[in-house]
Amino acid sequence: MSVSVETRDVSITFGTGPAAVRVLPSVGFSVSPGECFGLVGESGSGKSTVLRCISMLTDIWTGDILIDGKSVREMPLIERCRTLQMVFQDPYGSLHPRQSVRTVLSEPLVIHKLGDREERMRKAITDVGLPVSFLDRFPHQLSGGQRQRVAIARALILEPSLLLLDEPTSALDVSVQAEILNLLQRLREERGFTYIMVTHDLAVVDHMCDRFAVMLHGEITEVLPRDAIPANGATHPYARELIGASLEYENAH
Amino acid sequence: MEKPILELENLRIRYGGASSEAVRGVSFTLGRERLGIVGESGSGKSTVGRALLRLLPGATITADTLRFGEQDLLTLSEKEMLKVRGRRMSMILQDPKFSLNPIRRVGDQVAETYLRHFKCSKAESRDKALIMLEAVKIRDPKRVYDQYPHEISGGMGQRVMIAMMLLADPDLVIADEPTSALDVTVRLQVLNILDGLVRDRGIGLIMISHDLNLVRNFCDRVLIMYAGRVVETLAARDLDKAEHPYTRGLLAAQPRIGGGRAPLAVLDRQPEWLEEKA
Ligand SMILES: Nc1ncnc2c1ncn2[C@@H]1O[C@H](COP(=O)(O)OP(=O)(O)O)[C@@H](O)[C@H]1O
Ligand SMILES: Nc1ncnc2c1ncn2[C@@H]1O[C@H](COP(=O)(O)OP(=O)(O)O)[C@@H](O)[C@H]1O
Ligand SMILES: [Mg+2]
Ligand SMILES: [Mg+2]
Repeated sequence: MSVSVETRDVSITFGTGPAAVRVLPSVGFSVSPGECFGLVGESGSGKSTVLRCISMLTDIWTGDILIDGKSVREMPLIERCRTLQMVFQDPYGSLHPRQSVRTVLSEPLVIHKLGDREERMRKAITDVGLPVSFLDRFPHQLSGGQRQRVAIARALILEPSLLLLDEPTSALDVSVQAEILNLLQRLREERGFTYIMVTHDLAVVDHMCDRFAVMLHGEITEVLPRDAIPANGATHPYARELIGASLEYENAH
Repeated sequence: MEKPILELENLRIRYGGASSEAVRGVSFTLGRERLGIVGESGSGKSTVGRALLRLLPGATITADTLRFGEQDLLTLSEKEMLKVRGRRMSMILQDPKFSLNPIRRVGDQVAETYLRHFKCSKAESRDKALIMLEAVKIRDPKRVYDQYPHEISGGMGQRVMIAMMLLADPDLVIADEPTSALDVTVRLQVLNILDGLVRDRGIGLIMISHDLNLVRNFCDRVLIMYAGRVVETLAARDLDKAEHPYTRGLLAAQPRIGGGRAPLAVLDRQPEWLEEKA
């Protein structure tokens, strides 16, 4: 099942008093069911913070975030976990070193009291292109790309509809990135997932996303269709600069 | 032909306690040019760079030739090496935070580099540092001079590193993923600054990177490393005409702006890539 995402006037401030920093003044965008929506912008512009707000990893924000019209704030934890999951950049940091893949994948099933555990784990590990025997491996026995596959399998195990992807391939070699991007593409086609994907690479946006938002200092400067990249169709000066630099860097004039 | 800056033949490096060599017979010659070394992580790029500066404690380095100008890097004493390192050959790393002292002003650290290599007064070294900060296109060098490392951005930090490195007027600069941590807009600025200075001064540059676009745009020649060996050497402008299946595989795996949405090509690693002669 595909879900829509709507964020309205989302604002977050870290710290209090004179040390308070308003990281997101007012963010708003909507994502259609089954869409892959990109978030780009310079580091520190608030991309990860947006994902953390949507996923309720932080709840000190104000504004509205609706998934299929339903406020994430009002969703019980169990329902939220079965609606959305997050995948992080660092495949090394995101898995506990002493937990086997089986433990990583079974934990959410136990918490959510789901049956057919073995069957679900086998399906998740196969879905991400790893052999079932990998269930008995530990993180140090996996390459970077295999770890990221396990992190994706963990996100898939509760069969969510929305995946929040925070630079899922930034730490990987280009050949491994290709495998993970292909996997994400295939899963979206098969399951109709909605993706919100943070990346710093506009070539990845062009390959994966339907539309993308360019962020600067916590604000969305512009939301653009994928087609706006090759001929630099941005109008906001920063968005133009970012796309221009990416084109120059890739030598794709 | 102009005398090469660097000559390497059959360089082999084994880390202490490792069961196999991290670098297995690398050979190349460097003139006053910009040479890229690309390859995936673990292929041995940084190990080659660090071996040139002899910054590999505990590792065994052998080579048929390892010559830097007139000097044989294999037999230089550590004392002689100190005169080479940072003065005639210097290195710039990915993260300036690890190379700068966090509790000292940025400018003083730059000036000190100059003092370490040349006899002059404090005031003179300060002037040199300011000129150099200006040369790396820092708009307000006097203000940046007085700042601490945590007060400057990553792009600014990398400019300071470049300033520091070039002050000693080296013959060879080794840049190891110098811009991998920077945003694309800043990355281009830093690369253009480094490129301009290196070219103006006729310095030899070894640019170590995992990024094919970077070496394509900022190098003259590119070595492609796989599992500790050079599998192919190409003029940067001919990168797309690569013949080795590993190089071709890397190029095909990369998403491109304006490219299609068909699944990306994935590498089909062949055992013979480990052994065949480059
Ligand atoms: N928990 C926090 N406390 C204080 N500041 C934070 C916190 N999380 C993020 N920030 C700040 O918010 C800004 C945006 O961070 P982030 O969302 O991680 O940016 P991006 O993902 O675009 O690089 C940064 O300036 C960061 O330092
Ligand atoms: N200090 C070290 N001790 C032992 N092995 C190392 C050390 N540093 C690197 N290696 C190994 O040497 C190989 C080459 O590493 P490196 O030169 O860092 O590759 P690259 O820079 O291409 O990513 C890798 O297999 C790596 O694990
Ligand atoms: Mg982030
Ligand atoms: Mg390296």
